[in-house]
Amino acid sequence: MVHWTDEERQAISSTWAEINVEEVGHQALARVLVVYPWTQRYFSTFGNLSNATAIAGNPKVRAHGKRVLDALGDAITHLDNVSATYAKLSQLHSEKLHVDPENFRLLGETLIISLAAQFGAAFTPDIQAAWQKLMAVVTAALSKQYY
Amino acid sequence: MPLTDADKKHVKSIWSKASGKAEELGAQALGRMLDAFPNTKTYFSHYSDLSVESGQVHVHGKKIFDALTDAVNHINDITGAMSALSTKHAHTLRVDPANFKILSHTILVVLALYFPADFTPEVHLACDKFLAEVSYALAEKYR
Repeated sequence: MVHWTDEERQAISSTWAEINVEEVGHQALARVLVVYPWTQRYFSTFGNLSNATAIAGNPKVRAHGKRVLDALGDAITHLDNVSATYAKLSQLHSEKLHVDPENFRLLGETLIISLAAQFGAAFTPDIQAAWQKLMAVVTAALSKQYY
Repeated sequence: MPLTDADKKHVKSIWSKASGKAEELGAQALGRMLDAFPNTKTYFSHYSDLSVESGQVHVHGKKIFDALTDAVNHINDITGAMSALSTKHAHTLRVDPANFKILSHTILVVLALYFPADFTPEVHLACDKFLAEVSYALAEKYR
């Protein structure tokens, strides 16, 4: 079980309260698709992903970004048991979606960068550290049902 | 994944803003790495203060950023520009090259933090590729 300090819980929930889930989800996913273009392999049904402008304007990217961030909200609500919370999602990513877990790490890093861009100096080193830990926990939980 | 002309343009453009704040950005990137990725502290056991505010972190952060500015100014020969530093990291400092990725990440975080309007996805891509090339050049002399 993951040990969270009160400061870490506070850092995560206070940032989360300020996030526009749809907007940040969209930013983060769009960045992943631009910065790591091979990740587009998982989104062949999304239509036009041919350049950064197309990706930014793509409604399916926006919708999916929101979906991903809503799921992150789930983990944040259940910080003491992310593994159990994500068991089905992990199985889905492994058995149905066949997503390489490396992608969880990439999205995690990109989300942190998106948060830094949004919050600026308010995204302090301590808050970043708490979110890096959260991303590591989420990545581990999502990877857990792979075999 | 070599840098395209567009990549080089993006890197130079954001670096023209970053190079003027070398000490502050360097301290932030280094301090955040030490804070969020405690394994990296093992290379700085001789520092008394590992926080972003630390004088030692400021001095070293500036060194790192100035070296990156050098790489940007020699963007067509990053290997050459990094050669002496590679020897140093390989034989004297002996930093495991896996850590270059970690510092690269916090450098990107800091660029996004300070220059959110400039750090578009395309600029992010270019900087990610640039830092990967720098990391590779830095590891060249290891074995």
